Amino acid sequence: MAEAAERKPRKSVQFEDSTIIVDSDGQVTEGGAMNGEKDSAASHATGDDKEVEEMTDMFAGLAKKKKKKPKAEGEDAEDVLSGLKKKKKSKKPKAETDDFDAQLAAVAGEAEEKEAPAEEEVEEGDMFKGTGVWQHDSTTVIPYNMLLNRFFTLLHSQHPDLASSGSKSYKIPPPQCLREGNKKTIFANISEICKRMKRTDEHVTQFLFAELGTSGSVDGSKRLVIKGRFQQKQIENVLRRYIVEYVTCKTCRSPDSELTKGENRLSFVTCNSCGSRRSVSAIKTGFSAQVGKRRRMQK
Amino acid sequence: MTTDIQNLKSFDPFAEAEDSVGDQKTASQNYIHIRIQQRNGRKTLTTVQGLPKKFDQKKILKVIKKKFACNGTVVTDTEMGEVIQLQGDQRKDVQEFLTDKKEGLGLDAKTIKVHGF
Repeated sequence: MAEAAERKPRKSVQFEDSTIIVDSDGQVTEGGAMNGEKDSAASHATGDDKEVEEMTDMFAGLAKKKKKKPKAEGEDAEDVLSGLKKKKKSKKPKAETDDFDAQLAAVAGEAEEKEAPAEEEVEEGDMFKGTGVWQHDSTTVIPYNMLLNRFFTLLHSQHPDLASSGSKSYKIPPPQCLREGNKKTIFANISEICKRMKRTDEHVTQFLFAELGTSGSVDGSKRLVIKGRFQQKQIENVLRRYIVEYVTCKTCRSPDSELTKGENRLSFVTCNSCGSRRSVSAIKTGFSAQVGKRRRMQK
Repeated sequence: MTTDIQNLKSFDPFAEAEDSVGDQKTASQNYIHIRIQQRNGRKTLTTVQGLPKKFDQKKILKVIKKKFACNGTVVTDTEMGEVIQLQGDQRKDVQEFLTDKKEGLGLDAKTIKVHGF
């Protein structure tokens, strides 16, 4: 709810600019807002579809997904790893501030075109000082547009995190990979990541080994030593798959869930935000070929 | 009328009962797993596990070897059955091959699971 309510105005704000500039009527402002809402709703719908597609793609395990992910999914499991997030974040606020500047200008322009000169004098910056229309005991009617403007300006200055993204993004520190010698990789912050995901280290480790087709061990400071050379990106990829499979709720997409072992060796993921429960398959290591002669000798 | 119900009729609970026991086993293991394994250096190994029994693995391997220009073998594992092993990272190729309707096996993409990084 909250995000929808938040998002609509943001987009409608954009649309408003143009409509006001074109028409410059007192009542047009509302009409503009309505249009904006509709448009935003439409765009929402398409966005959701895209997300769904993306998700299905993910399940199919296409190799393309890496490229697609950061763009379309945005809100959920995709940008789980904060590394990708940076781009988005840096972009968004800029665009918004630009929008707001534009809107400010537009509103000011509009006010000038209207009959009330008093409003236009006090328009900019004074909403914080509380002069002009914004004066505490002033009785002049403040147009909806300006109120909206003030709301967003305040929201941006006071709670930038609220304004920047509609839904809380689920962030996980990027995995830190070090190389030990030539053939081993150390996954340093696994315990931190596991804590964030509320999963046991063992479970994640098991998944990692099964997916990467290797083995490894845990060293003294709780770091994971994986046999084989792996880059951070690759580990990130596997973690992402883990999150989709074992962490996110399929119903509400919330990552706030718990993994419990039910009766007869079935594990269930219970969502903490919507309460849905689904069963997940146990991690299975598949066939692994014997690599090298020496390995065979050991066995 | 009958045409509507024919859909339902095709699923006869009693007739299926015997089959479903056998089916279940295959259904749960119906996934085709494509895995990758690291070898020494930057060499890798791709394994394809769980191909449907109706296909002749050797023939598939022969086509794959020719098509992807790699070597490979069919390994019989005690648990997993016959597994195709290919040299190099052929995950994408194999997946495309398995789903391709014209020149491949035309399998459903949902039954294929690609593992690895």
